[in-house]
Amino acid sequence: MSAVTASATHAGPLRVLLQNRVVTLSIVVLGIFAIAAIFAPYLTPYQPNGLSMRERLLPPSSEHWAGTDELGRDIFTRLIYAGRVSLAVGLGVAALASVFGVVLGILAGFFSRLDPAISRLLDAMMAFPDVLLAIALLAAFGGSLLNLIIALAIVFTPRIARVVRASSLVVRELTYVEAARALGVSTPRILFHHVFRNITSPIIVQATFIFAAAMLSEAGLSFLGIGIDPSMPTWGVMISAGRQYIDTAGWLILFPGLAITICVVALQLTGDGLRDALDPRIRKSI
Amino acid sequence: MVSYLRTRLLGMVLTVLIVLVFVFFIARLAPGDPAELLLGPDASAADAEALRERMGLNLPVPVQFLSFLGQLLRGDLGTSIFYRQPVLEVMAARAEPTILLTLMSLAIAVTIALPIGIYGAYRRGGAFDQGAVAVAMLAAALPNFWVGLLLQKYLGTDLGWFPVSGYGNPDASIWERVQHLVLPSIALGFAQSAIILRFSRASMLDVLGDDYIRTARSKGISERRVVLRHALRNALIPIVTVIGLSFALLISGAVITERVFNLPGVGSLIVGAVLRRDYPLIQAALIVVAALYILVNFLIDMIYLAIDPRVKY
Amino acid sequence: MHTSSPPLAPPTLEVTALQTSFIYKRFSVKAVRDVSLRLERGKTLALVGESGSGKSVAALSLMGLLPPAGRIVGGQAVYRQADGTTHDLARLQRRQMRRLSGPDLAMIFQEPMTSLNPLLTVGDQIVEMLLTHERLSREAARKRTLDILRLVEIPAAERRIDDYPHQMSGGMRQRIVIAMALVCNPALLIADEPTTALDVTIQAQILDLMRRLQAELGMSILFITHDLGVVAEIAHQVAVMYAGEVVEQAEVGQLFSSPAHPYTQGLLSSIPHAMRKNPEEGRRARLNPIPGSVPPIHALPEGCTFRPRCPHSEQRCTLPVTLETAGPGHRTRCWKWEAVQWSTRH
Ligand SMILES: Nc1ncnc2c1ncn2[C@@H]1O[C@H](COP(=O)(O)OP(=O)(O)O)[C@@H](O)[C@H]1O
Ligand SMILES: [Mg+2]
Repeated sequence: MSAVTASATHAGPLRVLLQNRVVTLSIVVLGIFAIAAIFAPYLTPYQPNGLSMRERLLPPSSEHWAGTDELGRDIFTRLIYAGRVSLAVGLGVAALASVFGVVLGILAGFFSRLDPAISRLLDAMMAFPDVLLAIALLAAFGGSLLNLIIALAIVFTPRIARVVRASSLVVRELTYVEAARALGVSTPRILFHHVFRNITSPIIVQATFIFAAAMLSEAGLSFLGIGIDPSMPTWGVMISAGRQYIDTAGWLILFPGLAITICVVALQLTGDGLRDALDPRIRKSI
Repeated sequence: MVSYLRTRLLGMVLTVLIVLVFVFFIARLAPGDPAELLLGPDASAADAEALRERMGLNLPVPVQFLSFLGQLLRGDLGTSIFYRQPVLEVMAARAEPTILLTLMSLAIAVTIALPIGIYGAYRRGGAFDQGAVAVAMLAAALPNFWVGLLLQKYLGTDLGWFPVSGYGNPDASIWERVQHLVLPSIALGFAQSAIILRFSRASMLDVLGDDYIRTARSKGISERRVVLRHALRNALIPIVTVIGLSFALLISGAVITERVFNLPGVGSLIVGAVLRRDYPLIQAALIVVAALYILVNFLIDMIYLAIDPRVKY
Repeated sequence: MHTSSPPLAPPTLEVTALQTSFIYKRFSVKAVRDVSLRLERGKTLALVGESGSGKSVAALSLMGLLPPAGRIVGGQAVYRQADGTTHDLARLQRRQMRRLSGPDLAMIFQEPMTSLNPLLTVGDQIVEMLLTHERLSREAARKRTLDILRLVEIPAAERRIDDYPHQMSGGMRQRIVIAMALVCNPALLIADEPTTALDVTIQAQILDLMRRLQAELGMSILFITHDLGVVAEIAHQVAVMYAGEVVEQAEVGQLFSSPAHPYTQGLLSSIPHAMRKNPEEGRRARLNPIPGSVPPIHALPEGCTFRPRCPHSEQRCTLPVTLETAGPGHRTRCWKWEAVQWSTRH
């Protein structure tokens, strides 16, 4: 009786996602960033570390779209090369945190004996501020791109693990899982087939938000000079290096700041869109 | 009530223990030998060995952990390698700017974000609401050191309204010190306000759809009263939780903000400690911050007791 | 109850062709499509219908309490005060509605567990109602609140007045909601399934209470329910709703003995036969689904909405149906009502 004349309620998640113009735009923006990162060498005639002392601190022009920095390097070129690193960090962290989180979450949700220990561990990890935990881990591991990704992945693991734990608790109680157990299906198979299928949506949504948060954290850590070798351009490194010239050559920090912001906004909007599209509860309640 | 407190405290103690194990092993993972770090590069191998013996570094790891716990219980969190002083003293000397900075930014964030979020929810979908949601999204996406740098340039250097950086002379008055904290607090508060705005809006939306709001309206009381007396008080309950949880975020932000504005706070201290590999200091800072977080969230549970009659522990 | 002469005094509430929709960006839902009702002064009109037929939406429309997307898109609802002043509730400004809510119109909601504010004591919530509409001191308001709590039979009212809702059972909370609705002596009380969420003994107590209060206070009641047993117990008049429309209204005895709409007939035949002769006996009976199901709002059939499930349907039923008069004060939305009534008797 409560049916409505809505097309949205009958469409698949992808349709719902793309029906939202803001989300579509965000995905397009992310696509542009990804293409720029992948094809960086073909998009610019300059080298990211090509010094040119005669062309120091030039404002944006038709030759140097985003100007040049204190060493005469083309900022636009550095932006797209930096995007490679920043996006790689975001993607790597999101993927790795998902793996860690799924393992911990399923163990906690499915094996009640492990649950208290894992839950407490997650609580304890949440008690550390992101940046602080990351720098402590980096202090322990030593700074490198890979260690940065691992450290941030550890920092964001509880976010995934909690979602997965909650979903597996629910799935565990579902009758079909009990039925499968009664039929003698082995526990790992049950886990894989039933649980995994039910938790992919919340994981994808969380992973998108982690992608965004990791990019911001990376920028912050690079700004602090912790983690990434400053000779490797990331957006955070560029801002950090450009801050001395803020009064004379504002474009040095303007463009990398905008790049981070736009990318993070696009990721968050996509995450919101995914959540609405993948969460059947929200769709049902209109 | 008593039994609730007992389980709650027990849980806290457990979490703190796990924090300690975690911190202990992070420090053990670190490359380099603490004894050598402590003595500096010029020390002889014999001296290093003697110090290692004295620090108990040659004992089995579980024994080391127990003695680490024992020291903690005596209030000894170790000695800073760089400052050559007990870490707690080093941190205490730097605590003021950090405490003031976090409190001021929280105050700024709450005063701005709470009313906007609540009014936005009340006028859901309207121009004001959509604008507020967009700004919150942006505030959450702006790197806060970048915002800090822009504030420094425009409000500090160009307009000259506030000190650009530092914490004043050593003998600066409290008023001067607070002035130095204005720009950092705005930068940090802005980032913080994003979460508070989103949550207060969501919480208010939730409450406005509740049955008792309809009942209140059916009584013929004014809209103002419906919103302020009936909806707001209920909406505040989850908002308080989020403010507690956002404490961790506030500290993260403070670490970066202090670097941007050259504030001599605990955040700068920690970054310096990492760059100098001052492990005892890093370790102590982690413990103190995590303990504070756990404490803040415990206090928030206690606040519930005061504001929600349903909560009877 | 057995007088079937036309009513003399003008009714307290007369709803004509009320239409309410929920309007969203991409679609809208016509929840109430055609509701006409007539409620006499001091009487009880039961509005019955399956879940989802639009009863609550109709009631909320009258009280001006629709959720944000809800709009009254047609019809009128004339409320007549004791002094003869009339108000069209479908077109009332918010401010005027607020003035009427409490002293004139009051509502009891379906969900006793969630209709009270958890952070305020029940006493405060009732006092607030009084202070809004009457010039009273706090003490006087508290005293009136105590009186009304005693009236709705809250035991140890002096103590319970300072309780929070969560400290009370569902039945007690519903009494509080009733007390709150009655404290300003409303002329018209709308009760939306006030007993559905309660267990059977409590339900009987609440019904007794409402009947007694009506006798004492002389208000008119629009009583919404999907329980025909309750109808038999409390109503003078009955209106039956189906898919957003009132399909039949009659005096209660008339409706039970000779329904003039096949939907009503189906509802009645699904409850024990004894009850139709002696309604008191069958009061536990619930509406039992007739074969088939209510059509979704976006796929309503043309003409009579009940046609796909109707044993009497024929070609002509695809044409629009209007309200027909099947007797004094008896209206039905079926042009074959005579055949329907005849089939009931045989
Ligand atoms: N907020 C709303 N938005 C859209 N449709 C609604 C809303 N509220 C109710 N409806 C629809 O209106 C119809 C009537 O609902 P309701 O009046 O609650 O039924 P009843 O009270 O008779 O059980 C239902 O089909 C329901 O889905
Ligand atoms: Mg209803």
